[in-house]
Amino acid sequence: MVRLRDPFMDCVRRLDDIASSVDFEGNTAKIDATGLTHKELNDLLRVCVEKGAEKIIIKNVCGQRYIGTRLHFPGKKVEIDVFGIPGNDLGMFMNGHRIVVHGNAQDGVGNTMNDGEIVVKGRAGDVVAMSMRGGRIFIRDDVGYRTAIHMKEYRERVPVLVVGGSSQDFLGEYMAGGSVLLLGLTLKNQKHKANYVGTGMHGGTIYIRGKIEQYQLGKEVGVVEMEEEDYRKVESLVKDYLRYFKDSIKNFELDEIMGERFIKLVPVSKRPYGRIYTYYIRY
Amino acid sequence: MAMKSHLLPEFIVERDNERCDSCKVCIKQCPFGVHYYDEEKDRVYSREELCVGCQRCVVYCPKNALKVIPYPKHYRPNDYWNESYIRDIKKQAESGGIILTSCGSARRTKIYWDHILLNASQVTNPSIDPLREPMELRTFLGRKPDALEIDLENMEIKTELHPNLMIEAPILFAGMSYGAISYNAFKSLAMAAKKFGTLFNTGEGGMPKDMREEFKDCTIVQCASGRFGVDPEYLNYSAAIEIKIGQGAKPGIGGHLPGEKVTAEISSTRMIPEGTDALSPAPHHDIYSIEDLSMLIYALKEATNYEKPVCVKIAAVHNVAAIASGMVRAGADIIAIDGFRGGTGATPKIMREHVGIPVELALAAVDQRLREEGIRNKCSVIVGGGIRCAADVVKAIALGADAVYIGTAALIALGCTMCQHCHTGKCAWGICTQDPELSKRLNPKVGAERAYNLLRAWSLEIKDVLGGMGINAIESLRGNRDHLRGIGLEEWELKVLGIKGAGE
Ligand code: SF4
Ligand code: SF4
Repeated sequence: MVRLRDPFMDCVRRLDDIASSVDFEGNTAKIDATGLTHKELNDLLRVCVEKGAEKIIIKNVCGQRYIGTRLHFPGKKVEIDVFGIPGNDLGMFMNGHRIVVHGNAQDGVGNTMNDGEIVVKGRAGDVVAMSMRGGRIFIRDDVGYRTAIHMKEYRERVPVLVVGGSSQDFLGEYMAGGSVLLLGLTLKNQKHKANYVGTGMHGGTIYIRGKIEQYQLGKEVGVVEMEEEDYRKVESLVKDYLRYFKDSIKNFELDEIMGERFIKLVPVSKRPYGRIYTYYIRY
Repeated sequence: MAMKSHLLPEFIVERDNERCDSCKVCIKQCPFGVHYYDEEKDRVYSREELCVGCQRCVVYCPKNALKVIPYPKHYRPNDYWNESYIRDIKKQAESGGIILTSCGSARRTKIYWDHILLNASQVTNPSIDPLREPMELRTFLGRKPDALEIDLENMEIKTELHPNLMIEAPILFAGMSYGAISYNAFKSLAMAAKKFGTLFNTGEGGMPKDMREEFKDCTIVQCASGRFGVDPEYLNYSAAIEIKIGQGAKPGIGGHLPGEKVTAEISSTRMIPEGTDALSPAPHHDIYSIEDLSMLIYALKEATNYEKPVCVKIAAVHNVAAIASGMVRAGADIIAIDGFRGGTGATPKIMREHVGIPVELALAAVDQRLREEGIRNKCSVIVGGGIRCAADVVKAIALGADAVYIGTAALIALGCTMCQHCHTGKCAWGICTQDPELSKRLNPKVGAERAYNLLRAWSLEIKDVLGGMGINAIESLRGNRDHLRGIGLEEWELKVLGIKGAGE
């Protein structure tokens, strides 16, 4: 018989065997993630919330994935503090909780997230906020490729992504709704690196502070003037950004950030691919 | 400059004026505006160049006065430059666009089902009469353990089992989204699945809120590249989750539900604003490798507390066996393979007709490969893409499938006549349309009854065939290729299918 190694399910211990990794103090649970597999950590998180934890502090996180994903308890909102580096798909499908990462994050932060908030005090990898439909994500530094790809909005759900630094290519590709704010604070007067910004975009708004050339933008987006309302929106997000990261970002003041030029990108058409098909022409 | 269209009509509408009493039913029934009433002459006429041959008016004419028949061979007969190519070139010369079509491949590619014959018992082993003896079609889908440990004292299974789905016959309704099909068609299938004891599949358009509670145990919810309507509630109101990587009618490309079809109801089910295009990217942008697929499989398991099997659906393409092996290794509990004849609500014709391989060959190759690698028990295999009758189901099971998906056949049961105009959104049978006037032509209760009857009829036929083979459980037929023989096939084809030729 061939043993098929299962990267996720192999060597998963029973809850009883890992219970010693949790410490409860009132409504706060502390988890030591040392040596826990993805599933074990998420098993414990779930138990903590079931037992009534409202705040969970996880120490020594090292690559464990899906933190916050298995916490679908309609109506419940939990605060999770992550120390270390969480693995891919942090807060995927999340629906209302708040996660603060004291360190860098990997790929897929807030993937298909529905509601809640993720704050990363560091940088994050690729596909941040992919298909995100609600809630807010704040990344202190840079993000990787395909950020906010296919982000969308629906009625009262309008997702927001704020990136303090810059991004790699394909920012906002296929974007169908929501807002992305790229502050470029890590740029030191260079231009943004990303190419193909907003390719295929058909909804939502991207605000960019710092230099970016026309050739870096996708064919489907246009640059429009910032209006009063845009400035108000951006300013309030910048204020939140500064508040969230005040301990680690000291060199930036609100005026200094707002003093620089912002551009606003919106889709040229809501139907970028509407005219390439032959609907039988006679009717 | 206005261009005169060079296209010829595809159908002739023949009206028997002896029978026609100008009741105008046909005018009301035809969504394509073919029939019209001339007041002066007090007669109904037709503009046959608009007719798509859906046969709605023929069925509903109370006087049986109508005949819709193919237009006689248009051009000089030519096997190479046949009418279809000439017509397409003319269409493109007039429009400059990609030709859009729907349903499954209509080309004359070899149909392997028709080159496979089934076995029956004679003399050396008795056949079984399903009318008198129990016949088991019940099927379990999902990952099976490598071995079973049994506590003999209490007669209990000690091995921890993976979540499995139980269905009463190895037939499920394939993913067809609310958006591609009407609410009434969608609901018809859900009701039929529930009544029969099988599953229906939401496709990639989400699940209407008002149906969630009632149908949660017979729903496979799809998570596709557009992630439309995918949130934790949707994922948890389900029997299983299917990651859609590809579909047989359009392997490798995304989908595009035009804004006109995104009505208020569709918008709330897909969770996108009304009237915006719903673009499904070609790939999932978080899946660029088998490792990434694994990541999404486990993300979905996490989101549903490891309570549901996760299925991964791909189109049958050239390296399907190797891909399937990767999918199983990535953690898929069920793999679904959609052959190149699989249907769709809209696809570029070039994809429908030229991309992908027949599901018969893909299935045989996948089953073989998974067995060779010793991992066949790790997943169930569902195949779809052109399953037309109970015999196709039996052949698929004997080739190694655990169950089949039916899409086109289910829609035909509801009323579809394969006119291949779903992409126009004007389905005369109320199936592939969001026009409330048209969709109300299909009453979900009646639709459910038709779809249920089809499942029942096929189940009875499958039992008959099994009995004839001397088998009393579908389980014993699974992968039992000894019961198949090929006819009119070449050596390599027999080899891929893993069957002998007839007479061998
Ligand atoms: S399109 Fe359908 S309903 Fe209209 S004339 Fe042709 S067959 Fe009749
Ligand atoms: S579903 Fe309707 S439009 Fe599509 S092929 Fe069938 S009858 Fe024609």
